[in-house]
Amino acid sequence: MKLQNLLLIDLKSQKKLNAYVTENFENCLKLSKEFDNKPNYDLKLPGIPIAVKDLFCTNEVRTTAGSNILNNFVPSYESTVTQNIWNEGGILLGKLNCDEFAMGSSNETSFFGNVQNPIAKDLVPGGSSGGSSSALAANLTPVTIGTDTGGSIRQPASFTGTVGLKPTYGSCSRYGIVAFASSLDQAGPMSKDVKDSSILLEVISSFDKKDSTSIDFKRNNYSSELTRNIKGIKIGIPKEYRVDGMPDEIENLWKKGIEYAKDCGAEIIDISLPHTSYALPTYYIVAPAEASSNLARYDGVKYGLRSSGESLIDMYEKTRSEGFGEEVKRRIMIGTYVLSSGYYDAYYLKAQKVRQLIKKDFDEAYNKVDAILTPSTPSSAFKIGEKSNDPVSMYLNDIFTVPVNLAGLPGISIPAGRDKNNYPLGLQIIGKPFDEQTVLNIAYSMEEKINYKNNITDWWM
Amino acid sequence: MVVCDIIFYHMTIDLKTVKHISKLARISLEEKKAEKLADDMNSIFEFIEKLNELKTENIEPLTSIAETTLRFREDKITSDNIREKILKNSPEKNDDFFVVPKVVE
Repeated sequence: MKLQNLLLIDLKSQKKLNAYVTENFENCLKLSKEFDNKPNYDLKLPGIPIAVKDLFCTNEVRTTAGSNILNNFVPSYESTVTQNIWNEGGILLGKLNCDEFAMGSSNETSFFGNVQNPIAKDLVPGGSSGGSSSALAANLTPVTIGTDTGGSIRQPASFTGTVGLKPTYGSCSRYGIVAFASSLDQAGPMSKDVKDSSILLEVISSFDKKDSTSIDFKRNNYSSELTRNIKGIKIGIPKEYRVDGMPDEIENLWKKGIEYAKDCGAEIIDISLPHTSYALPTYYIVAPAEASSNLARYDGVKYGLRSSGESLIDMYEKTRSEGFGEEVKRRIMIGTYVLSSGYYDAYYLKAQKVRQLIKKDFDEAYNKVDAILTPSTPSSAFKIGEKSNDPVSMYLNDIFTVPVNLAGLPGISIPAGRDKNNYPLGLQIIGKPFDEQTVLNIAYSMEEKINYKNNITDWWM
Repeated sequence: MVVCDIIFYHMTIDLKTVKHISKLARISLEEKKAEKLADDMNSIFEFIEKLNELKTENIEPLTSIAETTLRFREDKITSDNIREKILKNSPEKNDDFFVVPKVVE
């Protein structure tokens, strides 16, 4: 009860950050009281209020995906991942802002407006899970969940000095998550420290018959198996991640990270992932293609916004034109183009082949190492508006995170240092498929050595 | 199997193509926005063209990372009667039907 009351006081000040799209505070308080009357501390998240990215369908609570087209959408069912959280005692605190349909790296494409990074005024919180990272860093939710298609959990975590984990593809059910690019989308935990992410992963990761790509593998008790003993673990350093124009600060952070890993007892091995530079171009074919197909469902007939039109086709075209924002339209257009007659082989098939090469790079690297250490992002958080007119420069933000999605691997971003402006910088640890435990263990032991603390001044209060 | 390598030469996407694609995507476009979109698409495709550097003739396309075959289930109804729930979010309905603008004259 105390935790809830404390949160509600702070939550009143959240408007300036714009982290929440839908507040569920009153209902959360009511459910918290019910929990307190009949507490059950055997649960993994006993009575913990948790806000989630507004991409997860929540039964009877508006779910917008940051889009005008879903502005009035109230699902009549619950996503598997959020259901898993409520089953373990979590209570919905609200729905968090995000880039429209998770398409963006700065939360600037949301129909509900920019989200502020609590680190400094007019700084983006990253994206697409920008409301999640902002709320988490500002203590407006104790933990949260996001989704990651090309870096949408790890990049915002890196920009806000928090921890974000993208699990192996197939680990967390996609049922009830508003679809963006189905072969890449994956839900994952975001938290203040590695231990909390391990608990949340344990709760949300489950085999689910309702998702045809959910994988039935033995899941660890990630939190109880968490250990700082990583002696002898082999960590690869891929030379291709040293990209042109990367700031010295990132290079130095990476070097420091390597030293921390050595201090923890890990063995450092130089590796090569030769197709790294092809990952972003591949992603910008595969993801828009899948998006254009997934977003064909928004037609103004069964749910969501409808604009009036003279004919059925006219209604479709006006609904989609008024309902989608610029970035979403851009990606639907790219996707439609690359899948259109005469271009399919040249673009989509080619991209799928290159995706195979990117995956093989990792397969080969994992013959030599247990995990891979890289920077999370090529820069720290940038100013609101700085990159919003140049799509390609925005896309380059995901250069270190996108290959992990293309190969379906688990990856975590942990805060590891600061740049000259005192903005947080993250390091990424990438693991073998289904080996979240090793990723978490490395992160857990490095976290102790790094001993990062956010110094947030509550400037928005 | 003879597979030719795929090389695409990016041609500038002109206004006519943008309008055609917007028709296919069922998104109406104003003239001014179409021009901006053509510019954006061209810069994105310039960036994508890098894939041409790679020879891929003998590479199997990766279609799914999960590498699983789709599971079968018994052909049985598994949900309750959810007609009301489905219709609830419809912008326009009539009894048990979704309503759309007139299709046949």
